[in-house]
Amino acid sequence: MSINDFWIILTASLVALCCAIPGCFLVLRRMAMFGDAISHAVLPGLVVAYLISGSRASSVLLLGAAITGLLVTFIIEFIQKKMRVQNDAAIGITYTFLFAVGVILISLFAGQTDLDQECVLYGEIAFVPFDTITLDSGLLLGPRQVWIAGGMLLILLVILRIGYRGLYLTTFDAGYASTLGVSVMLWHYVLMGMVSLATVVSFESVGAIMVIAFLVGPAATAALFAKRLPWMIAIAASIGVLSSIFGYFLAVVLNASVSGSIAVMIGVIFALALLLKRFFPS
Amino acid sequence: MIIQTENPSIEAHNLTVIYHRKPVLWNIDFTLPKGQIIGIMGPNGAGKSSLIKAILGLVPVNSGYAKIFGKSFDEVRQKVSYIPQRQTVDWDFPATVQDVVLMGRYQQRGLFGKITQEDKVLAASALEKVNLGGFVNRQISQLSGGQQQRVFIARALAQQAELYLLDEPFVGVDAATEQAIIALLQQMKSEGKTIVVVHHDLHTAKEYFDWLVLLNASLIASGPTSEVFTEELLKSTYSGKLTVLSQVGDQLRERNFPVREA
Repeated sequence: MSINDFWIILTASLVALCCAIPGCFLVLRRMAMFGDAISHAVLPGLVVAYLISGSRASSVLLLGAAITGLLVTFIIEFIQKKMRVQNDAAIGITYTFLFAVGVILISLFAGQTDLDQECVLYGEIAFVPFDTITLDSGLLLGPRQVWIAGGMLLILLVILRIGYRGLYLTTFDAGYASTLGVSVMLWHYVLMGMVSLATVVSFESVGAIMVIAFLVGPAATAALFAKRLPWMIAIAASIGVLSSIFGYFLAVVLNASVSGSIAVMIGVIFALALLLKRFFPS
Repeated sequence: MIIQTENPSIEAHNLTVIYHRKPVLWNIDFTLPKGQIIGIMGPNGAGKSSLIKAILGLVPVNSGYAKIFGKSFDEVRQKVSYIPQRQTVDWDFPATVQDVVLMGRYQQRGLFGKITQEDKVLAASALEKVNLGGFVNRQISQLSGGQQQRVFIARALAQQAELYLLDEPFVGVDAATEQAIIALLQQMKSEGKTIVVVHHDLHTAKEYFDWLVLLNASLIASGPTSEVFTEELLKSTYSGKLTVLSQVGDQLRERNFPVREA
């Protein structure tokens, strides 16, 4: 195994960890489709971030792009509540619209960014090791993506640590939370912000389509077994990392897309977990 | 018949709630006493749950207002505990019984304060009171309907409130649990707590409640059970619902109320 293999697996694992944290709450809230919506809707924000920064998106701009994710949440709420459009229709029309705007922006400014439509859909995790950060002193710090994903994981862990009780309470029993004076809406947006951050950082490496597998797959598998929420998050995180490792080697053996193979691995682990649960219920 | 009370626990004035242009609660105006077990009754869709939710600010109120202990709900949150319908949450949620009961301590501790040993002791004693002493570490997905309801009540007890609002606590609950809950509510009443229960079983209403609120979108009656539980008032509450009406007839006969003077 070369150092490049290591960097790719590490990047995939970090992305999987970033997704597992908000993913667990999405699954418990039965809002998996919101993850899909946000992961697509951050595209225009990302394109604008890339356009502003030239070729490399800085972490500050990535945070800016994550705001697009919150924007889509807001638009969906608005259409649903004020216009009384049903929930899935509101989600469907909003995120496809924003995603399409992103795609058009890419075609218009294709020469000016290193994003292309292929990358947007499937990610380019195999190229991660070639985009490195080198300090002025000549010190090689390793791939840029590893640093971005690692930093984002840290941010998400801090939010989880501070906001755990709020997220936990509003996810389990929103009505009760509200009578305690806890703002259900606020925590909804905190979670959606976390999903946005996770998807923005995942975008370059795994693409818009596969992000949803990272968000929902490990969390749904963990939900089959976990007795308490901290365990669910831990199990989902482990499944994400395992899928990244096995998925990478699957991709090497088959000479196939890395992010696709990881997503397949996530699906396989979920199926195995279902069988396990079916035949050994305890 | 609407009987008012001095120094009320809950009062509502011209309270109106409209969902999608359909009035769910219409011009509700009442005062409820303190230190009693109060039943809110009416047919399906009469707005019983909505009434509680409107009082607690969980649904938007179109006009009028409600007060608790003479103040807005916001000012007396600490004294009020809400026990939602059991079916409103996902009991497959990865949590233990203790995790759920400790939520009753979140108000005192805030979302960022530390949960202490004292909180755990309070949670454990709340579980003792609902006869679930040995269930602290049980996963909530393994509970029966009656046990789920008792966990919810334990969570409310851990809040150490003055006023308790229970939304349909006896639905899908076994008879033994129902008796245990009623006994517990009686005990809480003897400690001076006020308990409001949304209920739909006419058979037990007279036995359970000191005060009755009869509701069918608008307020039909509010007063001591002995004065409100009459054929005439029940008929106007359940108007048109034949099965329920015959139930009412049976009920009145069973309890030796003269349905028609011979």
